[in-house]
Amino acid sequence: MGVAQMATELTIPSDLGEARRVQELIADALQTNGYTEHDTFAIKLALEEALVNAIKHGNQMDSDKRVVVVFHVTPERFDIRITDEGTGFNPEDVPDPTAIENLERPCGRGLLLMRGFMTEVEYHGRGNVVTMAKVREIAS
Amino acid sequence: MANQPSRKRRLEVEDIGDIAVVNFVDKKILDEQNIQMIGDDLFRLVDELGRRKVLLNFGNVEFMSSAALGKLITLHRKLQAVQGKLILCKIAKDILDVFKITKLDKILSITADEQSGLQSFS
Repeated sequence: MGVAQMATELTIPSDLGEARRVQELIADALQTNGYTEHDTFAIKLALEEALVNAIKHGNQMDSDKRVVVVFHVTPERFDIRITDEGTGFNPEDVPDPTAIENLERPCGRGLLLMRGFMTEVEYHGRGNVVTMAKVREIAS
Repeated sequence: MANQPSRKRRLEVEDIGDIAVVNFVDKKILDEQNIQMIGDDLFRLVDELGRRKVLLNFGNVEFMSSAALGKLITLHRKLQAVQGKLILCKIAKDILDVFKITKLDKILSITADEQSGLQSFS
């Protein structure tokens, strides 16, 4: 991902309030770069899901564990890498929440929404690192 | 308009005939604790107050993550179990994508506005 230059790196504790602060910071950067409200919503939602996953499922809300966020915004695209200190997971093991038998299950939709709202979503290593990208839509 | 003065109100419930029309007070439905309380308030409408027709108006809601979806599914199931009906209305376009991507628009009834939501109960 293109985060070599001018990327912003933040390390936050396993605290959902801190995650919201990161979201606001990124929303400001998107606005500065002229992203539409639609794209900003999509990125904020994917961020919410990914950060909640990292803090809750990855770090198990452990206050001693950190989440590292590296993001890069250009007027063309948004890139982000989120790393937690958890044991990771295999995304292929997550049941398809859109399958008829799973439709009424109350959880397991975060990953699906990340994939639905972002252009690229990829897990790395043991599954504790996720990279996401969104190619900016041109406002009509 | 039903009031619950003893605690912070997260829902505004208005009775239109036998239909409970529910508006969300918060613009963002996010925090787990908040979602838990919203869920409890919604379930109370069915379990304790015996409401069978519930119309959720999302007109005030600007942002909502997957964490809230589970509560909506549980509410839908509770109402189904007592031959009741849940309808969602006035969902912003971006939030509607959340329902479409997760295919919950296939199991939940969604209408464009409150009026058509009210008519859908008859």
